[in-house]
Amino acid sequence: MKIGAPKEILEGENRVAMTPASAKDLQKLGYECVIESGAGAKAGFADAMYEAAGVEVVKTAAALFKAADIVAKVRIPTDAELKRLRKDQTLITFFNPGANEEGLKLAAEKGASVIAMEMVPRISRAQKMDALSSMANIAGYRAVIEAGNNFGRFFTGQVTAAGKVPPAKVLIVGAGVAGLAAIGTSTSLGAITLAFDVRPEVAEQVESMGAEFVYLDFEEEQQDGAATGGYASVQSEEFRNAQLKKFRELAPEVDIVITTALIPNREAPELWTEDMVQAMKPGSVIVDLAAEKGGNCKLTVKDEKIVTENGVTIIGYTDFPSRMAAQASTLYATNIRHMMSDLTPEKDGVVNHDMEDDVIRSSTVTHQGEITFPPPPLKVQAIAAKTQEKPKELTPEELKAKEAAAFKAQTKQQAILLGVGGALMLIAGLFAPASFMQHFIVFVLSVFIGFQVIWNVAHSLHTPLMAVTNAISSIIILGALMQIGSGSALVIILAALSVFMAGINIFGGFLVTRRMLAMFQKS
Amino acid sequence: MDYGFTIAAYVVAAVLFILSLGGLSGQESAKRAVWYGIVGMALAVAATLVGPGSGLWLLSIVLIAAGGVIGYYVAKKVQMTEMPQLVAAMHSLVGLAAVFVGFIAHIELGRVAAMDDTARKALEGFAALIAKKDAVEINILRVELFLGIFIGAVTFTGSVIAYGKLAGKVTSKAEKLPGGHILNAGAAALSVVCLVWYFNTGGMLPLAIMTLAALFIGYHLIMGIGGADMPVVVSMLNSYSGWAAAAIGFSLGNDLLIVVGALVGSSGAILSYIMCKAMNRSFVSVILGGFGGTAGPAMEVEGEQVAIDSDGVAQALDDADSIIIIPGYGMAVAQAQQSVSELTKRLRAKGKNVRFAIHPVAGRLPGHMNVLLAEAKVPYDIVLEMDEINEDFPETDVAIVIGSNDIVNPAAQEDPNSPIAGMPVLECWKAKQVFVSKRGQGTGYSGIENPLFYKENTRMFYGDAKKSLDELLTKIQ
Repeated sequence: MKIGAPKEILEGENRVAMTPASAKDLQKLGYECVIESGAGAKAGFADAMYEAAGVEVVKTAAALFKAADIVAKVRIPTDAELKRLRKDQTLITFFNPGANEEGLKLAAEKGASVIAMEMVPRISRAQKMDALSSMANIAGYRAVIEAGNNFGRFFTGQVTAAGKVPPAKVLIVGAGVAGLAAIGTSTSLGAITLAFDVRPEVAEQVESMGAEFVYLDFEEEQQDGAATGGYASVQSEEFRNAQLKKFRELAPEVDIVITTALIPNREAPELWTEDMVQAMKPGSVIVDLAAEKGGNCKLTVKDEKIVTENGVTIIGYTDFPSRMAAQASTLYATNIRHMMSDLTPEKDGVVNHDMEDDVIRSSTVTHQGEITFPPPPLKVQAIAAKTQEKPKELTPEELKAKEAAAFKAQTKQQAILLGVGGALMLIAGLFAPASFMQHFIVFVLSVFIGFQVIWNVAHSLHTPLMAVTNAISSIIILGALMQIGSGSALVIILAALSVFMAGINIFGGFLVTRRMLAMFQKS
Repeated sequence: MDYGFTIAAYVVAAVLFILSLGGLSGQESAKRAVWYGIVGMALAVAATLVGPGSGLWLLSIVLIAAGGVIGYYVAKKVQMTEMPQLVAAMHSLVGLAAVFVGFIAHIELGRVAAMDDTARKALEGFAALIAKKDAVEINILRVELFLGIFIGAVTFTGSVIAYGKLAGKVTSKAEKLPGGHILNAGAAALSVVCLVWYFNTGGMLPLAIMTLAALFIGYHLIMGIGGADMPVVVSMLNSYSGWAAAAIGFSLGNDLLIVVGALVGSSGAILSYIMCKAMNRSFVSVILGGFGGTAGPAMEVEGEQVAIDSDGVAQALDDADSIIIIPGYGMAVAQAQQSVSELTKRLRAKGKNVRFAIHPVAGRLPGHMNVLLAEAKVPYDIVLEMDEINEDFPETDVAIVIGSNDIVNPAAQEDPNSPIAGMPVLECWKAKQVFVSKRGQGTGYSGIENPLFYKENTRMFYGDAKKSLDELLTKIQ
């Protein structure tokens, strides 16, 4: 079968869904590749490079849609593109199925299967085709670069002959994929980086990237992000207030704010209010990665860069990945290639659209003339790792009380044991003859010594311990030796056998212990 | 020589034995400690031979020497991986010897009882000792030798079966005769009846019946215990062999036997306790065999096992700074300890921090893994216990699991319904990457799925442990 990528129609879109490198991998899966002439030009991939990778170059989009059985695209297809689809053709693209009912209908009418890349579920197996994540990663990186471009100072602090330069202070709101990428970029440029997220469990990830996590003074049980598939969810009013209060404190200090807070299928929450913008120093920069969904800052203008009256630059671009078209195309094309390899388990160049497969089922929005959106819930829950409930920290008083109680219980237990043991001993003493009791004392004391001594034995020496106790338990030989000279032939035979067996044990046990111990070497 | 000298020698021997066990607290002092044990034993035997009550000392020395030759040969020849079998086999000898000594005491008792006073005065040796006893003492003697024979017989057959299981000559699965533990309980009840009978009559018959019952208990009890519970079984039998010696010591009125028997008995008891604790199971549940019922459905295991080849492992090891290796019984089975040691040496030569994490019940014998690694010349100071190393996993780049399963099962912590819930485990999944060297996709001894194999940071390195490691070694120079 043939897989093809057309030129993106949308103005300003520089990405392409197939690169020469991904084409080579697709060919290994058994596919032939076609591309529309000039499709990769803006991302730095010339037609000649595609030809060199064995890709057929066709002149027009119409010809491409005709030639290809599978069409891979980046942007949401236009009506014109959808009308070119035919029965049993497969289209892989961003589709925004939640708000693209017409597109769904049109594609279903044409009988084409549409795989929407944003519907790839967030499970470990599907990470390799999670285009939202790969694009978010780029957006996070680019957001820092854009901010730096509009920021008049260094990121890193320096002490130079020409004076001291303070480091920039960067606040990143939302530590998802984009947020973490932004944190990484910002810290590696040398800025002091703060990060906030409503999911406290990401604090560890934030800190591992070298940023400081901003904790709130807030006492409520915070919702576990894992329950919502790793995404943030709507927060309570109190929580929001605590959060805004913290941001207000931070606003005069920070030089750059990058907001990445998005909640699935909702308008972006307002986190950076107008008064915070007012409080910021002139020359500060805000990059609002949520501009597409209305922005985390209400002053953001989608797709534009504005400067407020007090000199704060607010960047509302939504095309960060496209601004890094070469990198974005490489990653996106790889996501597509992974999707294709899941669709082609046999590597025979034939699509096997397995609707039983969780990943494929979830991302397919139209199939065989039917609209298959929204998908059923996953068979495998997205993220299983639940944070375990931490045992409650005890106050010193409670701890003390607990210790006292434990001590008391222990004392009581020991007293009872001693009492019962002593009583039993006394009873035994009343009936048993003195000769027995003498031996009994020896026995009890030996058991005590044994317990004291053995607890100190190193764990690693347990095998030698067994061998050596084995050897010395052959002390039973003494019994046999005492008896061997006494009485009948039967006694002699039995005693002789015992002596013989114990002899084996003594020598075998000690020698093997010595052998083992000699092996333990210090480095 | 007189009696006082023998007692004095016994005191010295007892002190030496205690020092010998106490010396095992450290690897270096242990080397000295064995000599204490050897000298103590030599002293005890010599003192008994020259002391009162023994005859035929020439025969005795010849027999000890003959036994010594066999013991020497066995000790030299045995492979370190066969250590559990050897220990079990030696326990059986002690058990059998205890049975014999007990029977002799019974025979002598009968012979002496039949004599009149003048004949008694003429007696020598052990018989003379018995002759001095009064009626109450005779009764106590009966109980003591009865107990000695009982424990000895259980130890004997139990050890033989344990040996068979460890050596692979008897199936290592838990197998019970129809009737299960009712049979054991029946045999034990029968023994109690025999005790009363013997106590009152002093006849041979109840003693013989009890011996058979005890032999049966030993056989059936150990048959019902699975291979991975062997550390508990072996240390339990170790304990029994000590108690048997102590009981015989009582009946012979020999304090050294009592002292040593008590030392060995308590040592084995502590080892059993440590092993049980490491499995989070009660001693009784181990002895009764099998795992208890689960409290609910097991947690669903998600994801898939992802395989990796030696190139991938070599690459990851090359990038890693800190590595922890977790060996298990599988390493012993595959005889892979030399390859593990070689791998360790090469990685350490590259300046990497390589350590070993040993779970208390790894292998088939307490401390089994330590001995194997020591044999392969892995320095003991990088071989750490579970408690020492468990907190270091989060800072570890690579954890390598070689032939262990249940002891690294995260279900013990994550799934309250798991049969092994609450068992302390090595938290290797907290390392950045985990490689599991394993023969196939099967479950461990307890038969439960191991979610570790499905974790995102786990890669399965399938194949025989030795072969896999040797292949890996060709890629790490």
